[in-house]
Amino acid sequence: MSFKDSFSQAFLQKDRWQLLLKGFGNTIIITLAAAVLGIIIGIVAGAVRAAYDKNIERMRRRKNASYYILSFFNFIFKIYITIIRGTPTVVQLLICYFMIFSSWRNGIPVAMFAFGLNSGAYVAEIIRGGIMSIDEGQFEAGRSLGFNYTQTMRYIIVPQVIKDVLPALMNEFITLFKETSIAGYVGIRDLTKAGDIIRATTLQVYLPLLIVAAMYLIIVLLMTYIEGKVERRLRANER
Amino acid sequence: MKNFKKIAGLALAAALAVGTLTSCKAGSGSKLIMATNATFPPYEYVDGKTMKGIDIDIANALAKKMGKKLEIEDVEFDSIIAGVSQGKYDFGMAGMTVTPDRKKNVDFTDSYANAVQSVIVAEDSPIKSVDDISSKNKIGVQQGTTGDIYASDSPKNGGYGEDAVVKYKSGPDAVEALKQGKVDCVIIDNEPAKAYVKANKGLKILDSAYANEKYAICVKKGNDSLRKDLNKALKELKDDGTIDSIVSKYIKE
Repeated sequence: MSFKDSFSQAFLQKDRWQLLLKGFGNTIIITLAAAVLGIIIGIVAGAVRAAYDKNIERMRRRKNASYYILSFFNFIFKIYITIIRGTPTVVQLLICYFMIFSSWRNGIPVAMFAFGLNSGAYVAEIIRGGIMSIDEGQFEAGRSLGFNYTQTMRYIIVPQVIKDVLPALMNEFITLFKETSIAGYVGIRDLTKAGDIIRATTLQVYLPLLIVAAMYLIIVLLMTYIEGKVERRLRANER
Repeated sequence: MKNFKKIAGLALAAALAVGTLTSCKAGSGSKLIMATNATFPPYEYVDGKTMKGIDIDIANALAKKMGKKLEIEDVEFDSIIAGVSQGKYDFGMAGMTVTPDRKKNVDFTDSYANAVQSVIVAEDSPIKSVDDISSKNKIGVQQGTTGDIYASDSPKNGGYGEDAVVKYKSGPDAVEALKQGKVDCVIIDNEPAKAYVKANKGLKILDSAYANEKYAICVKKGNDSLRKDLNKALKELKDDGTIDSIVSKYIKE
């Protein structure tokens, strides 16, 4: 078969490009929803974990209600992060699909939840790392201005954290985007699965794989480009 | 295509240099490398530490007849034909039906077993016969199997269209999805279907079959010497009753 024939068989015949496009759409919506959920979970979990690490020594002396509440949530999020980071994503996805949401017919919302839950753990550690990396002097500066912990965070720490964690966050979302390629395990027709289907029906190996790879790469390049733009904007005040 | 294959091959080879260096290559003298997908009882499945099943036993008997050592690789069903046609494996044996599309990419031996594509449904399902299945149903299959290929075909070719078919990586996943009501029926080979129905309460196999077909072994296109050797060994095993006894060991009517 000539290259032209192979390309036409893998991409044009029987509207196979539509299969790829639909799969591509599923990959994108799963990634977007999972990223939003991941950010929400990650910010909450990361902020709680950092607040615990920063304040618990001081709070231990007084042991009022907020000490116990913070310890409790820190403990919960610690377990969550341990479980998520300690198990493979594909296993988490299968557990969500067959055990947690066993009555749901459609796999896509399950995948959104599973990938979001997964991403949240990594985002949480990125956020916590970002907060912890800010020099202690910055917190002390906030205190000496009469700010409490929340105010110090809001006006001094968070603006610096955002800039620091952006590359790591973008890295996480690129990973998340590519990780959705395992959605096929629960019967979802994502981009990778669309490629699988074309490989199984045409029995071609190279082209469907390369087409799928190129489509992932294009989106990652786009994400990298956007990240570069945003970073440049955030750096503007440094000069 | 040739040039393109070269470039793609080079790129892949560079990227996967470590992997290729460590992986073994088929076609080396005293060894026979077989590819299968061990999620397909009773033809091939993993029992404890070892792979078992009709195909595994027949393959062992074939290798013994041919005086070679058998090595079995457990890979995704989709990867078997690709691997065989690239020479990564000597042959593929995985309850594989001969279809025209597959024939374009690999050569098949004589068939060694007859198979039926059956439909599994819940006992209280509104689907009473194969004719009740329509494109509006959700049909579970094992990805890449003939059940998948037939069901995914357009309605005018006897299928239900891609949108009606939900493809799982393994048979048990498709059956679990059926039990949970994620799909309305599962189309799969009759023997594994029986095993699944036996293992799961509340499921049954429809009396009418979805399709009839024959299993054969696939080898690399143009590898006639291996194909002839396998056919000769298969015939001997058929004639001396080995295959029948292997089949009846796993399938009790």
